Amino acid sequence: MTFDDLHIGSILVSTVRNAPVLIFAGMAGLFAERSGVIDIGLEGKILASAFVSAAVGFATQNPWYGVMAGIVVSMLLASLQAYIAITQKGNQLVAGIAINIAMSGLTFVVAQYFFQQGGRTPDLGSARLFDVVLPGSAAVEHIPFLGWFYAHLIGGHSVLVYLAFALVPLVHWVVYHSRFGLRLRACGENPHAADAAGVNVERQRYMAMLIAGFLCSFSGAYLSIVQSGFFLRDMSAGAGYLALTAMVFGNWRPLYTFLGCLMFGFFGAVQIQIEGVELPVIGRLPGAMIQMVPYVLTVIVLAGLMAKSVAPKALGSPFVKSR
Amino acid sequence: MNKDLPRWATGFVMPLLNLLSALLVTALVIHLLGESPTESLAILVNSAVVNPEGLSYTLFYASTFIFTGLAVSIAMEAGLFNIGAEGQMYFAGLGLTLAMLTFDSSLSAWLLIPIGMLGAALFGALWAFVPGYLQAKRGSHVVVTTIMFNYIAGALMNTIIVKLVPAGEQNPASRAFAAAAEMPRLNQWFPILGETPLNISFFLAIIALVIYGVVVSRSSWGFKLRATGLNKHAAHYAGIRISKMIIIVMLISGALAGLGSVNSIMGSTHYLSLNFVGGAGFIGIAIALMGRQHPVGIFLSAVLFGALTQGGFDLSLEKQNIPPEMVILVQGLIILFCGAMENLYAPAIAKMLKLKK
Repeated sequence: MTFDDLHIGSILVSTVRNAPVLIFAGMAGLFAERSGVIDIGLEGKILASAFVSAAVGFATQNPWYGVMAGIVVSMLLASLQAYIAITQKGNQLVAGIAINIAMSGLTFVVAQYFFQQGGRTPDLGSARLFDVVLPGSAAVEHIPFLGWFYAHLIGGHSVLVYLAFALVPLVHWVVYHSRFGLRLRACGENPHAADAAGVNVERQRYMAMLIAGFLCSFSGAYLSIVQSGFFLRDMSAGAGYLALTAMVFGNWRPLYTFLGCLMFGFFGAVQIQIEGVELPVIGRLPGAMIQMVPYVLTVIVLAGLMAKSVAPKALGSPFVKSR
Repeated sequence: MNKDLPRWATGFVMPLLNLLSALLVTALVIHLLGESPTESLAILVNSAVVNPEGLSYTLFYASTFIFTGLAVSIAMEAGLFNIGAEGQMYFAGLGLTLAMLTFDSSLSAWLLIPIGMLGAALFGALWAFVPGYLQAKRGSHVVVTTIMFNYIAGALMNTIIVKLVPAGEQNPASRAFAAAAEMPRLNQWFPILGETPLNISFFLAIIALVIYGVVVSRSSWGFKLRATGLNKHAAHYAGIRISKMIIIVMLISGALAGLGSVNSIMGSTHYLSLNFVGGAGFIGIAIALMGRQHPVGIFLSAVLFGALTQGGFDLSLEKQNIPPEMVILVQGLIILFCGAMENLYAPAIAKMLKLKK
């Protein structure tokens, strides 16, 4: 096996292409959980938005209408979660799981009803989001390394990829340097203190959930209208949970969550690349074994073998105003 | 659970109202799909309850669901949300199959059935042990780890089942077991049930329900279990070793989920196949929430889900716009209304009761 067999270049490019699904969902989860609401329903929101984006994108032949429809659906689901977690003071875990299961069924039923293709939507074809070609890409193409770096690693992705990467510093700024972020963190750490300081905890949490719904929708839209070009049953395949884990891994901090997302994106890329490749000592790895790697890694991360993570203190507990 | 209301209201009226709400939303979806909800309900009831063969299938599915429901319930009693019944039952199928492939040619049915159950329970418990251990010792949340273990089980079984496929076969399944390893079917004694797979696992499930009821609410261990679930810190001060409790409960939970595979494999297919669990583990979550972790509630919810599964199949044959996946949506809605929004109607009921006084 030589270095070239592993296709480091294509692994890096597909890492960049894999990561946005996790980055959008990870940043979404970060807003929800920093406000004190567990968002285990990311998976269901991704799935719903992926389906609606693909279906509307196909029907209108315009990907942007798809993205917008995805935003609406994902924010509606987030409102439902917020209603349960904040107004009803119900069990947040159960609500999230319920949304995930219900969406897994509903997206199939509706996709089947409209398209009769076994729960799949038709190919979006030209209604997929186009890739950005950076100016001068053709000119530098022949320069070794630099040409590849500029035209394929940095350039040549969909707008949503750039949006995802740009989101990270923005979220960092909002969470740590804005008034909204200060209140957000206060609600997640000590809602009673925040309340005493005059913050409307319930409204803050609703806002956080709506932002989460908004951001999470891009995850689904990216899956269906950028990555695959169609919706497929259960196509999120655990991305919501992986994003959540990246967040736990990153200690509920935007920059480290981003690194976690990149790591999972990298493993996803490696999985595709080394499938069928003869490796030294271990030989050929069966695809399913490689498929397991991110999940096993997640368990290892959760077990605290890499770093100890500290959740927002009020995470998961409904806020009851003290009298 | 609302403490201001009488027990009949929290234990019976509220779950019923929540269930009706979930079914109402389902009816709305069916209506939007252009089918008649009332007609669909009639087809469902007829094929799942009225017709004896259908009822037999309903109880067959219910037997598996009782085990997965019990698995989720017992963990819930200790305050643990085990989402991994799906993976635990899947992995348990491997334990059962390995036991059968080893012994089915040499032992009699009297020994094979207990050995199969043992294999299933052991592998199910093993698959639940790691999340339990990590929760107890490292504080990793059991919800996320069990979800991960579902995915890991799925990927792992993909690789393992291929190795069990007999030479010359194409189907991703193990060889069929010898006839001695088949659970006796109830249609031997009740011919009216027809050619249905309902087998003595149904009685095993009932026995499991009774044992669960006695152990959880009548034994001292059950008291410690519930104390852990109600208030971990108080239980710790009362001298209960929480981490040991968590690990033991997860082992039992996994073993119960594992026993669900006995009905599915030894009672019906007689071989291990890809994805044989088919969501029974997730249905266990809905059953535990709707049945409020009470044996009678678990039984009734399991029968309801058995009827939905059986009736859902027939419904999807007759109604073009209603695929069998509709059951997954109903499941999600029931978890939503009976679990997350369980107190939705509490204020209204409280108001009504006060008006009467």
